[in-house]
Amino acid sequence: MKGLFSCLKPYKKESVLAPLFKMLEAAFDLLVPLIMADMINIGIAGQDTPYLLKRCALLVALALVGFGCSVIAQYYAARAAVGCASGLRRRLFAHIQSLGFTELDALGTSTLVTRMTSDINQVQSGVKLFLRLFLRSPFVVFGAVMMAFLVDRKMALIILAALPALAVVVFGILLWTTPLYKSVQRKLDSVLGIARENLSGVRVVRAFNREEAEIQRFESANAVLSGMQRKVGRISALMNPLTYLIVNLAIIAIIKSGAVAVDTGRLLPGDLIALISYMSQILIELVKLANLIIQVSKAAACAGRVQGILDTQASMQFPDVLPEKTFPEQEAVCFDKVSLRYAGAGAESLTDISFCALRGQTIGVIGGTGSGKSSLVHLIPRFYDASCGTVRILGRPVCEWPKQVLREKIGVVLQHAQLFSGTIRSNLCWGCAEATDEQLWAALETAQAGDFVREKPGGLDAPVEQGGRNFSGGQRQRLTIARALVTRPQILILDDSASALDFATDAALRRALAALTGSMTVFLVSQRASSLKHADQILVLEDGRLAGCGKHEQLLESCAVYREIYESQFQKEGVVHA
Amino acid sequence: MHKPLQKQGKNKSVLRRVLYAVAPYWFFVLVSLLCAALSVAAQLYVPILSGQAIDAMLSAGHVNFAMVGRIAVIIAAATAATVLAQWLMSVCNNRVAYFVCRDLRNAAICKIQKMPLSELDLHPAGDFVSRIVADADVFTDGLLLGFTQLFTGVLTITGTLCFMLSVNIPITLIVVLLTPLSLFAASFIAKRSYKHFKQQTEQRGEQTALINELLEGQRVVQAFGHEAQSLQDFDKTNERLEKTSLKAVFFSSLTNPVTRFINGLVYAGVGVSGALYAVSGGISIGELSVFLSYANQYAKPFNEISGVVTELQNALACAARIFQLLDAPSQTPEPADAAVLQADGHVQLKDVSFRYQPARPLIENLNLDVKPGQRIAIVGPTGCGKTTLINLLMRFYDVDAGSIEVSGRDIRSVTRASLRKSYGMVLQDTWLCSGTIRENIAYGKPDASEEEILAAAKAAHAHSFIIRLPNGYDTRISEDGAGISQGQKQLLCIARVMLCLPPMLILDEATSSIDTRTEIQIQSAFSHMMQGRTSFIVAHRLSTIREADRILVMRDGHIVEQGNHESLMASDGFYARLYNSQFEGLEL
Repeated sequence: MKGLFSCLKPYKKESVLAPLFKMLEAAFDLLVPLIMADMINIGIAGQDTPYLLKRCALLVALALVGFGCSVIAQYYAARAAVGCASGLRRRLFAHIQSLGFTELDALGTSTLVTRMTSDINQVQSGVKLFLRLFLRSPFVVFGAVMMAFLVDRKMALIILAALPALAVVVFGILLWTTPLYKSVQRKLDSVLGIARENLSGVRVVRAFNREEAEIQRFESANAVLSGMQRKVGRISALMNPLTYLIVNLAIIAIIKSGAVAVDTGRLLPGDLIALISYMSQILIELVKLANLIIQVSKAAACAGRVQGILDTQASMQFPDVLPEKTFPEQEAVCFDKVSLRYAGAGAESLTDISFCALRGQTIGVIGGTGSGKSSLVHLIPRFYDASCGTVRILGRPVCEWPKQVLREKIGVVLQHAQLFSGTIRSNLCWGCAEATDEQLWAALETAQAGDFVREKPGGLDAPVEQGGRNFSGGQRQRLTIARALVTRPQILILDDSASALDFATDAALRRALAALTGSMTVFLVSQRASSLKHADQILVLEDGRLAGCGKHEQLLESCAVYREIYESQFQKEGVVHA
Repeated sequence: MHKPLQKQGKNKSVLRRVLYAVAPYWFFVLVSLLCAALSVAAQLYVPILSGQAIDAMLSAGHVNFAMVGRIAVIIAAATAATVLAQWLMSVCNNRVAYFVCRDLRNAAICKIQKMPLSELDLHPAGDFVSRIVADADVFTDGLLLGFTQLFTGVLTITGTLCFMLSVNIPITLIVVLLTPLSLFAASFIAKRSYKHFKQQTEQRGEQTALINELLEGQRVVQAFGHEAQSLQDFDKTNERLEKTSLKAVFFSSLTNPVTRFINGLVYAGVGVSGALYAVSGGISIGELSVFLSYANQYAKPFNEISGVVTELQNALACAARIFQLLDAPSQTPEPADAAVLQADGHVQLKDVSFRYQPARPLIENLNLDVKPGQRIAIVGPTGCGKTTLINLLMRFYDVDAGSIEVSGRDIRSVTRASLRKSYGMVLQDTWLCSGTIRENIAYGKPDASEEEILAAAKAAHAHSFIIRLPNGYDTRISEDGAGISQGQKQLLCIARVMLCLPPMLILDEATSSIDTRTEIQIQSAFSHMMQGRTSFIVAHRLSTIREADRILVMRDGHIVEQGNHESLMASDGFYARLYNSQFEGLEL
């Protein structure tokens, strides 16, 4: 909750004034029955019309002042709540920007989006309600009791006695049903899950003739849900009748003992009416308070979840400046006995990897699904830290590089081709805001994206929809490659980034990359042996270990894993029948 | 892309159907209505009784204790009646609403099982799910609220009016004329704040989209050091949203003060006019107290009803969406004399034509004769009709013209169940149901023995990864199969088919997510399994289909070439071009 409070801090004034004005309004509310009692006891009894009119004017004035107070309170509450939520949202977003890959993996995108949106919206309405009602309701309840004491002490005791009974009923039912409502929600989720499964798997369900079985599965989950709903409904249906019962018992008590008090002259009839209306005010406020507690506790849970993210600290620290040191000129990327175990994982994803890539070399990385190809290249831009061994980039340990400098030197094209809404230009300029048109086109040509970008109306300024969904998978991949090329990185990593390209385009892309002059080191991760055949070095991975390293011909000779991969894709006649 | 389901005409007919749905529970509805009437009458009677009690205490020494005692007993009785009636009413309402909701959901899932795939494919699954779950929920809530508040609200208003009129007409007029003011004020504010709310919704949507996009691409953001720029973009939307939100929240929160202010005015008005009448002896103090408590309560049902009416409109709209789902066409019923197919693997397509959209022909005059035990591979570029052919074979869709025959019988003359039982199908889209691995493998044959399940898993090369899972075969697969990889899911789908061993097989990109080495192992399991079975294989990787007996090369819904690998390569046509393109990279 620390984050929430620090976001409320700039709204200290609002947070104090809102409840204060709300209390003022409540105080005026509490005076009304007393004035009415006076009108009856003095005005009517004394047949004093001017007095009645004056009191009536007072009532109207009170209503007006109360209205003013309440508007002011609403305004301050809205300002504090909206401002606080907005501040919290910004803080959370900024905090997420500081997290590393390890934390992002652990938290998951959908969780983060929920925290940023619906959780914070809940917090906003929670804060608003809290400021408006949390002081007001208890104040009215106790105020009403106090006023009753002012009218008549003995009679007030009846109200005082009814109060705990009411509280027990209202809060008891609340406590009883809250966990039940949660379980209703879970049952509903399971009904939803079955419905969704049946739709997404409709072909399989029908292919296996399981329609009836699925209907039965749904109906039984549905019956459980319906039963649970009725059970909770029966319990919460007790609230109204029971509170009504208590209030009316109290009113009967007030009337009976009131009769005695009036008879002895201790009490006037008007006072009795005032007492009865205090009783009903208490009931109304208690019910409000119960609802408020539900809402506020929900919001508090949301605030807690947001705080959970704010408390997550980035596990990786980057230095601010690059220490002055000499380093070997030739070396681009060097792994020295590197192992990687992801946070929370049982086994290592990479074990004891050593290799050295020189400047200007093209390095191929190949291996089966889950063999650690992506993990290996993710260590280069320091998305993760090796759990043992060292990774050296351009001759220096990777942890000596400041974050910004390191990422400028390395261009990464991730497996999932992600574009952002905007234009082609805005996407390409991600790493390099001041790139010229020539630079952009050069990058596009290399990435084999020049042709289709030219055909788009607007060319570089053609719109990109969210997630780049107005481009095909292959086009998206080529645009992300171009985006990485614009920054002119010294090390370029293509993590299976040509998988959606046909073989001809893939080959053209590799030819263009090879033609780029300079000392750019390229890491090509691929499942296709044909894509890597001409690399200066091919790293063959199996189960996180380096099964082989060398040129294509060498590996065909010496590396069984490589040979199997290669042959599975380029079967000689008859091999299949093995 | 998807057309809306048939629009339901008017609210009237929806209402009628809601009543039909409620009809089986008429008894509870009747009890509920009676209880509502009873509890409202009793509740309205109590202020009158307390007023009479107050009138029985004129002043010191002039208190009619017998009268007060009697009234206290009546109040107690009225209270008891109210308590009982209210509770009974709520219970009945709960039953009706939740039973109706349950019935609708069950009807919906039955409908979905009977809907033709052409209908299901047209609509996003999420749309149906939200009809079954969210819409049904809103409808239930509306029904519940309607029952509890609409009827009691109307009764309370009329009851109060009658009671007030019977005591004093002018004061009643003050109440009746002033109270609607709060309604007007509320709707005025609602209209005014609607604009801001709409804006807020739009900006929230925009911001959510931005958050979604940036967080989904957070890894890219980091890789390009784009954090500061992202934060700037975010700040822009955040500031805009803050401004609109403040307006929306503030304006809408004015409703409460305004209605309360007007209620305060009504109260003062009743107070002073009542008091003036009392001075002139027009009404007693007790009667004044009745008016005061009615004035406090009178506005409440109005506010409730206006809330309920919007809820009800909403509920009806949701009900209409559910009914639309229930009204969607069902698949063609099976003929009464539909036979049970005994398939031997002989499949014939005779002059088959099919199109998804009337304007776009897809498959035309397709002829094909597959002998039992033949292995047929289908290749071709995306959109050429490969998957469509499978849809037709499984009778997920019916042909527009021509016929498909299995073992010499038109598939429309046999039961769907027996036709589909004859096929084993593995699709690219790996669907598993939530449940244990064991249940998933035994999906097509729930009574399979443990040995059979293990044998199928081993044949599919799934056994070794399954036993390494935390609970082995009892590991639960959550929805979407999270926890195991795409390739492993495909292995499970394959094991699922291996267990059933049907006479015919359909493999639609069944090994696309599996790496090439494992694929070869599975291929061998398949070729073992396919021995003597007719099989249809759709594949992207040409290496997968080379040893098929017959390769159909499809293009734009036509079979442009057919033959085995060697003959097709020799003829140097479309297939040869496709095949060679995968080696182009080698000649760098």
